[in-house]
Amino acid sequence: MERQITSFIRALRASDVRVSTGEAIDATRAVSVAGYSDRAFLKDALRCTLAKSPEEAVTFDELFDAYFAPRSLNSSSQDQDNQNSEQSDASSEIDPVDLMESGDEAAIASALERAANAVDADDIRFSTQIAYYAQQMVREMGGERIQERLMQAFQQRSEEGDTEAERLIDLRRDLTMRARERVQRSYDIFGKGETEQFRNEFAENKKLSAIELSDMARMKVLVARIAKRLAVKHSRRRRKKNRGQLDVRRTMRANAGVDGVPFNVVWRQKRREKPKIVVICDVSGSVARYVRFLLLLLWSMKDVVPDLHAFAFSNKLVDVDDILEKNKFEDAMDQILRVAGMGSTDYGEAWTNLKSGHEQLIDRRTTIIVLGDGRSNHGNPRTDLFRSFAARAKRTIWLNPEPQPAWGTGDSEIPRYRPYCSSMSQVSTLKDLERAVDDVLSAYA
Amino acid sequence: MTQTSLTGYEPMTSIEAITSGLESVGYISTQQISTAVFLALGLRKPILIEGPAGVGKTDLAASLSRWLDVPLLRLQCYEGLDEGKALYEWKYGKQLLYTQLLKEKLNEVVGDEKTLESSLQKLGSFEDLFFSEQFLEARPLLTAMRQSAGSVLLVDEIDKSDEEFEAFLLEVLSDYQVTVPEIGTIKANVPPIVILTSNNVRELGDALKRRCLHLHIGFPDHKREQRIVQARVEGVSEDLLEQLISFVQSVRELDIKKQPSIAETVDWAKTLLLLHASALDEAFVRDTLNVLLKHESDIEAVTSDIPKLVREATSGKPMYPGQFTR
Repeated sequence: MERQITSFIRALRASDVRVSTGEAIDATRAVSVAGYSDRAFLKDALRCTLAKSPEEAVTFDELFDAYFAPRSLNSSSQDQDNQNSEQSDASSEIDPVDLMESGDEAAIASALERAANAVDADDIRFSTQIAYYAQQMVREMGGERIQERLMQAFQQRSEEGDTEAERLIDLRRDLTMRARERVQRSYDIFGKGETEQFRNEFAENKKLSAIELSDMARMKVLVARIAKRLAVKHSRRRRKKNRGQLDVRRTMRANAGVDGVPFNVVWRQKRREKPKIVVICDVSGSVARYVRFLLLLLWSMKDVVPDLHAFAFSNKLVDVDDILEKNKFEDAMDQILRVAGMGSTDYGEAWTNLKSGHEQLIDRRTTIIVLGDGRSNHGNPRTDLFRSFAARAKRTIWLNPEPQPAWGTGDSEIPRYRPYCSSMSQVSTLKDLERAVDDVLSAYA
Repeated sequence: MTQTSLTGYEPMTSIEAITSGLESVGYISTQQISTAVFLALGLRKPILIEGPAGVGKTDLAASLSRWLDVPLLRLQCYEGLDEGKALYEWKYGKQLLYTQLLKEKLNEVVGDEKTLESSLQKLGSFEDLFFSEQFLEARPLLTAMRQSAGSVLLVDEIDKSDEEFEAFLLEVLSDYQVTVPEIGTIKANVPPIVILTSNNVRELGDALKRRCLHLHIGFPDHKREQRIVQARVEGVSEDLLEQLISFVQSVRELDIKKQPSIAETVDWAKTLLLLHASALDEAFVRDTLNVLLKHESDIEAVTSDIPKLVREATSGKPMYPGQFTR
């Protein structure tokens, strides 16, 4: 029985539900209180101990229904049958043909279960392995014997022989189908989650410019997850106790009731600054794809960074806050590319626009994030303006989609901006983006 | 847990007993809620309840205490809550007052001593007097540990407290004992049933999550909400109740800032009762919508839909059968 719980927990872990050993112990204790007789009760009891958030509860419900499918609850009693029959060592002696012909569903299910255990079907990782495992199961159940009888039937070269062969072929197909179903279930429970995780990990480290449209849905989920992770990390308290510095005023007030004798000492507290981010994105052709993800990530973190301003340019700088605020993200992105994406890139003009229209946004708690390749078509880069922004801001972070060796080649003005940036790094994957944003927010801790 | 006959938790013998017991004090439970409560007692673990505001998180604790007839100790969390407010505090004022009043007595006692050292020693032997239970101001956590017949300890809105407090709470909740250095360790004879609630203002620490049973209470389905209103508001006619619940349930489906909670449904039912409404009509709804919805923009958004919603609610059939999976 405990084996069932531990393997269920393994399935949960595979699906990205974190279950600690302590929780696993609690789950078994909960089961010992709840028992297996009442399925709804068992489900609620396990959910209480294992699922720690609404999202995890959804995963839990799905897995529970798959794992403790009505059929497999019977199999708990079959488990014992298994052991008995294994002890008598009769398991592999059952002739598969007799078994299938007997029509005894319970016996067939039990035999399938036994075969699945024997070939460790629960270790399945990828959907491509289903056929392999099914094959193994059939062999385990004595598939060769069907084969032998089939050969015999063929060799008879008679009408009876042919019908017999047909019957055997059908029977074998039926058996294989059942084995496949059984393996499919194992895959749904144990493999799917891990495959998903593997794909996610792969996507996180894939070059953003190489992401296909079909992957956008997955990327969105991933970005949302990163945003949540960062939000949790950075939404911590904005106040820090500053032990050692006495807050005289508040100490006196707190102790007025005891004649001013300072029993309760109040320390000064330091308020942490709230992050304020001005993000300026080059949306000319080559960089546009990266902008999409950066904006999506930052916009998903609106709760943590309420003071967020976004600009886009290829030459003229456009304030895109409104567009992002009022539209669905995908539509907003299209619109941004329409209004700002035309024309040849000119960083100098963008800085001039920023200076004249929005300079007041930049103050000493602002972090400026520039996303661009710094390719300005040999126009005047206006480093003087850029320098003045950087001097006003808390930090200036430049994110460059190009790999470092390309910086400064051709019309790239990167080396001329670089001295004024607090940091300049290459971002090409989702992981890089996460790191960059994490770094920006950490500076406010 | 069964060998002590003193606890007040005896009635909690089974899930059904919990469900019907809670119902007897006006709390309409669900299988999930009752299971969590049952396990909380069986596994000696706190329950962490999450869910939107006004779905009966706090009320569960209050109802439990009412039903079991054990004291309810409530600790409301807020930013800056510290041990002194949650566990215990010395009554400084009283201590100070007593030393002042006993000054002469002290002089007498110490006066006989020749040297400074011996008088200090003498004084030292009275020290315990001032750090005794008499001067101890027990706060909810300590009070809960001291209840001999058990209690319900409600730690409300734990997400509003600081992280340090969360860590401190862990210590208390893992062994159900607290240590007062001057007095010693106070261990609960009968551990309290602990209920923590959270509105998810911030993500709670993993350590705390790990130690708790999780219970998510969402908005109730049609039937349960109907029973809740019935239990809370007397004299609502079947028809009105049916229409009112249908209306509220479909309002929750709309895209609004704050969905009406059970508390608001109950208030609205009371309002309609007060206005002697026998059936839902547009005028009534328009006039009383502010009871149900608390945001100006929400009221605006729903107002345009009132005719449609009322029509659907009064046509008798529930709009979205089997809704509220979230």
